Amino acid sequence: MRPFGYAAPATVDQAVGLLEAEGSEALAGGTDLLSLLKDDVERVDRLVALRGVPGLSGIELDGGMLRVGAMTTLQELRDDDGAIAALPALAVAIDGVASPQLRAMGTVGGDLLQRPRCWYYRRGFGLLALAADGRSMVADGDNRYHAIFPEGEARFVNPSSLAPLLVALGAEAVVHGPAGERRLPVEALYRAPQAAGERENTLAPGELLVGVEANVEGSRSAVYEVRQRRALDWPLMAAAVSLTGSGPRTERARIVLGHAAPVPHVATAAADVLSGQELTPETVAAAANAAVEGARPMSGNRYKVQLARTAVRRALGRAAGMEI
Amino acid sequence: MADYSWPEADRRALIGSRPARLDGPVKSTGFAKYPSDQNPSGLLAAKILTCPHAHARIVGIDTSAAEAMPGVRVVHVIQGEGSEIQWAGDEIAAVAAVTEEVARDAVRAIRVDYEVLPHFVTEEDRDGAPDARAAGERAEGDPDAAFATAHRTVERTLGMPQMAHMCLEPHGQVCSWDGDELEVHASTQAVSTLAGQFATELGVPASQVRIRTEYMGGGFGSKFSPDRWGIVGAELARKAGAPVKLFLERDQEVTVAGSRPSAFARIRAAADEQGRLVAWDSDSWGSGGLPGTGQTPLPYVFSRLPNRRTRHTSVPTNLAGSRAWRAPNHPQACFLTMAVLDDLADELGLDPIDFLERNLDLTGRADTYREQFAIAAEMASWKERWQPRGRTREGAVHRGLGVSVHTWGGRGHSSNCDVTVHPDGAVEARIGSQDIGTGTRTIVAQVLAETFGLELNQVRVSLGDNVYPQSGPSGGSSTVGGVTASTRRAAQDALREVLVHVAPRLEAEPEQLVAGGGRVFVDGDSSRGMSWREAAAQIGGAPISVQGRNPGPGRLISSGVGGVQIAEVEVDIETGVVHVERVIAVQDCGLIINRRLAESQVYGGLIMGVGYALYEEWIPDPVSGRLLNADMEFYKLAGLVDVGSLEVHMMTGPGYDERGVIGLGEPPVISPGAAISNAVANAIGVRVPYLPLTPDRVLDALAGRGGPA
Amino acid sequence: MTDDAKRSGLSRRSFLRGGAAGALSGGLAAGLLTGEAAGAAAATDAEAPDTVGPGPVEIELEVNGATRRLAVEPRVTLLDGLRDRLDVTGPKRVCDRGTCGACTVLEDGRPIYACSRLMIESAGRSITTVEGLGSPDAMHDVQQAFVENDAQQCGYCTPGFVVATAALLARHPAPSEQEIEAGLGGNLCRCGTYKGIRAVVEGAGGGGVSGG
Ligand SMILES: Cc1cc2nc3c(=O)[nH]c(=O)nc-3n(C[C@H](O)[C@H](O)[C@H](O)COP(=O)(O)OP(=O)(O)OC[C@H]3O[C@@H](n4cnc5c(N)ncnc54)[C@H](O)[C@@H]3O)c2cc1C
Ligand code: SF4
Ligand code: FES
Ligand code: FES
Repeated sequence: MRPFGYAAPATVDQAVGLLEAEGSEALAGGTDLLSLLKDDVERVDRLVALRGVPGLSGIELDGGMLRVGAMTTLQELRDDDGAIAALPALAVAIDGVASPQLRAMGTVGGDLLQRPRCWYYRRGFGLLALAADGRSMVADGDNRYHAIFPEGEARFVNPSSLAPLLVALGAEAVVHGPAGERRLPVEALYRAPQAAGERENTLAPGELLVGVEANVEGSRSAVYEVRQRRALDWPLMAAAVSLTGSGPRTERARIVLGHAAPVPHVATAAADVLSGQELTPETVAAAANAAVEGARPMSGNRYKVQLARTAVRRALGRAAGMEI
Repeated sequence: MADYSWPEADRRALIGSRPARLDGPVKSTGFAKYPSDQNPSGLLAAKILTCPHAHARIVGIDTSAAEAMPGVRVVHVIQGEGSEIQWAGDEIAAVAAVTEEVARDAVRAIRVDYEVLPHFVTEEDRDGAPDARAAGERAEGDPDAAFATAHRTVERTLGMPQMAHMCLEPHGQVCSWDGDELEVHASTQAVSTLAGQFATELGVPASQVRIRTEYMGGGFGSKFSPDRWGIVGAELARKAGAPVKLFLERDQEVTVAGSRPSAFARIRAAADEQGRLVAWDSDSWGSGGLPGTGQTPLPYVFSRLPNRRTRHTSVPTNLAGSRAWRAPNHPQACFLTMAVLDDLADELGLDPIDFLERNLDLTGRADTYREQFAIAAEMASWKERWQPRGRTREGAVHRGLGVSVHTWGGRGHSSNCDVTVHPDGAVEARIGSQDIGTGTRTIVAQVLAETFGLELNQVRVSLGDNVYPQSGPSGGSSTVGGVTASTRRAAQDALREVLVHVAPRLEAEPEQLVAGGGRVFVDGDSSRGMSWREAAAQIGGAPISVQGRNPGPGRLISSGVGGVQIAEVEVDIETGVVHVERVIAVQDCGLIINRRLAESQVYGGLIMGVGYALYEEWIPDPVSGRLLNADMEFYKLAGLVDVGSLEVHMMTGPGYDERGVIGLGEPPVISPGAAISNAVANAIGVRVPYLPLTPDRVLDALAGRGGPA
Repeated sequence: MTDDAKRSGLSRRSFLRGGAAGALSGGLAAGLLTGEAAGAAAATDAEAPDTVGPGPVEIELEVNGATRRLAVEPRVTLLDGLRDRLDVTGPKRVCDRGTCGACTVLEDGRPIYACSRLMIESAGRSITTVEGLGSPDAMHDVQQAFVENDAQQCGYCTPGFVVATAALLARHPAPSEQEIEAGLGGNLCRCGTYKGIRAVVEGAGGGGVSGG
């Protein structure tokens, strides 16, 4: 790591002030940021430590509204019986981070805003990994873990395990910045960068994620992740679903793929297939197929299309409480 | 001449028992100081600058900014202007500085201009390789005629990539000079041979180089030499006039400090109607980085197969050279052979164990294997549970069983051990060996204590230092045989000297006396004896010191073992994820000194085997030529919950012990790749031709058959 | 809900207002000894705290029961601070990227990767390394069980595994398979000692081994 300064704000406003300065970056659990600094992929002049800022960590269940502070650790959330009872899929998503050390350190905000694990990015070739001649290193190189829904030259995948579930739930992110608070759908935190140097999230300088809010009532949701190892390992593919509707029919479905695209990939066509339908092996299979419509796998990740279908099917099965 | 032998089974107190490893407490409390833990006062930290390009020429290098940094003590150029670099990760320069952080800053401040040259890193593409070279062709019998008349033939293209040693303690050392005497705390498997190598490179007499390795964090065949970073570390320390710690960073460790060569082959094999192997034709290739590779020994185990032709091509790549990896060449040869034979058994409609048994005369140890098949099959309930391919499924999850066979030598290496008996009864052994985690310290102590009839805590073993008598590098499963033989010979000789002094006091001949239970007494009449302390006091004022050697007289060791393994897997055919449920190992091993440690070796081999069967591979980037997974995140080791249940049957005891001690480090790691691949084929009905058995490969194989993908 | 979370008391209307009155959570400000940092603790909403570093900053933390004071640059990890500055070498540096677990220590009782925590972030907190659990002459039950089950070969992963196992057993004295998966998924061994480690953990239910 290059040398950097360190500031420990005592309030959110102070943190925002510090983060406005160029070269400042928020430090949450540090499990991702420190690796990026060690690899010299990201550089900072100053880290703004969020650990001591009161009010950023905590879990609250208020009616059907679940609020989680950004500095809440994954383990704290996992250990909150109320939150897990209200949203059992959360346990699946968190347990997938199969390391008690990472769960004890990593925060909800850090999980949502962690940077892509693309091995070209992590080796200093940039998020878009374009070679000097403008060709995509990812497309020409080894892309077994990359996007099947690339956006432009953005071929990395969003790594967060929480993001697909929160997006499926229609959760909101609460952000504080120089201009005060703003709320946005969690999916709007993400974007596919178009040019070198652009980030994959939409936070402006000085902006801080303070928490997320999701209505967890009235829907059935589930997560299914395909992992190669049971020990700490990234999902190869993930699907989160959220279904609303009373009785056998689904009124509204949200289906979101993780590890499929540079952003949590909202599979609208798949959701449409289910709307107004009963979940049966046939409708579920149709939704799974619709979820991968338009997929554009590369030389080495065709298998992920199959994984996406399977993950969608199994997540729907879990949400509906049936073997599919 | 004196007789050297192991005590009869009914007279063994410690040999063959299960004492806990002696250094367990210091290791499990973190008190053990590994080479990387040494922090002598005044220590400087060193870091290495490596080349980011797989092939390049250095056109300029500027170290001035680094030299000017506060806290930087020495900047040392390893490969300067004009050097041609042949792999990414090759060492260019090194820095010693007051802290690790400053050393890293300085490394980053070194400017190197490269002329980037074309590279080649994807050796599975033999035809695209710029300088593939024929590396041997052999033929015996008439393969063409045999194939023409064979009953069944299979043809497969199979392969496994290069993989890393991934020692948890990285390669490196702490070097300190005192005048022109060098002391090196090295993470090495070769305490006795390292000094000479350091000395030659540094221009000092070997007698002035001290190597110390009390503990070390894993080698697996990759830590036999000082390596360039060792020499550079010593140079930095000399120039700085201060001790220098230089250990590789993890990405460097994965990239340059040890890999196993890849092996690919197009193989045809044929059998007659009786299920007898009649012909073999293999066209193999592989790479161990820049040096390419030598021939993979095919066909493996069934080496007397008639009518065979083997060809091999060595494919150099722009990757760092490979190193001996636990059982060099065997896991590759085993996978290539056993996968093809398993497919042939399927083609013949035979149970693979039945098929292999029909051909045991083509191996070097038919009786051993037959016995092992019987034991392994029993442990796995093979007869009741084995089904032809693709028959056992529950929804998406298919189950399968697979089998494999392996062999290894394991003869003890050259070793010298000094055993000293002090007049106060203290007994110690000094041996220039090293305990790389296999338990060498403990087994030497067992041999010593056994010989003198003492408890383990009554003897002392000193190793891990080249001031002790030369003992071989720990490689090729040669350590246990080497050190136990040299120790036993020295101990038996020393005991005989003691007995000569004791005999008159007991009014007996020395040959009538034995040591046991902390006493020396007349064999058959324990009342005529004395305590060990008293016995030792008879030797007079000076200690007795004897050196034992290996090789030497007496039947203490031998070599040549067989092994059979059975794996059981679950495959999710909708995700391609394979989980190993169970691995059974039946291992032939001669006389075992420590059952617990021996079993640990076998379990460890199986676990590494699950790793390379399912997860491990070097992933070089065709575009940049760099390894994309020089880390522990995408270079995946098996975790505790990934290895299933492991069961080991050791063929030891009467009938086996007579052969003496045989090494056990390598054999158990040979078969898992083959056995697991065969189990997957059995589960899903189709061969996944490449290791590791990752979901993409499994789904590809299924899709080739019209499966779901 | 954890104590920390309770204390912060998220309000209904906003994420912020409820917690603003609370004292600085954790011990960070308490552990920073520089004048600037003391200023940070006292700062109000209006004035931003000073930035310390990049040069060495005086901090204080507890390591294995002893209070240690030292000056470290903010960029120094807890692991490197322990190993290089304090000569506490039980925790090992293996991946240095939060994937292998060899550096595992307890921070205020919770298992963390010391390689992925800045030492300055642990200021004012209590760190327990493998050496703090027991010594060769007075081993912790988990350490004793590692010896008895030969749950170590080269031993380089062992300190991290011992700490992770102690943390697991402290939470779940007789862990289920799922709890084992969740509790030991963050540590890796190359020599292949998992059989022994599993025996340690599974034997724990029998009463021999306890965590903490
Ligand atoms: C081997 C491995 C496997 C993993 N597997 C998974 C997995 O399967 N699923 C998964 O989800 N995660 C996984 N993780 C990632 C882990 O969960 C993240 O590292 C962790 O959640 C990041 O949280 P943190 O608090 O440590 O973030 P930091 O490292 O502190 O921060 C990450 C980024 O987010 C920014 N940031 C953090 N908090 C805020 C905030 N409140 N406002 C604004 N910006 C902020 C930081 O500036 C930084 O850029 C894995 C990690 C490893 C090493
Ligand atoms: S002998 Fe085998 S196990 Fe032993 S060090 Fe060598 S390669 Fe490794
Ligand atoms: S060294 Fe910290 S997790 Fe590997
Ligand atoms: S004992 Fe060697 S790495 Fe685990």
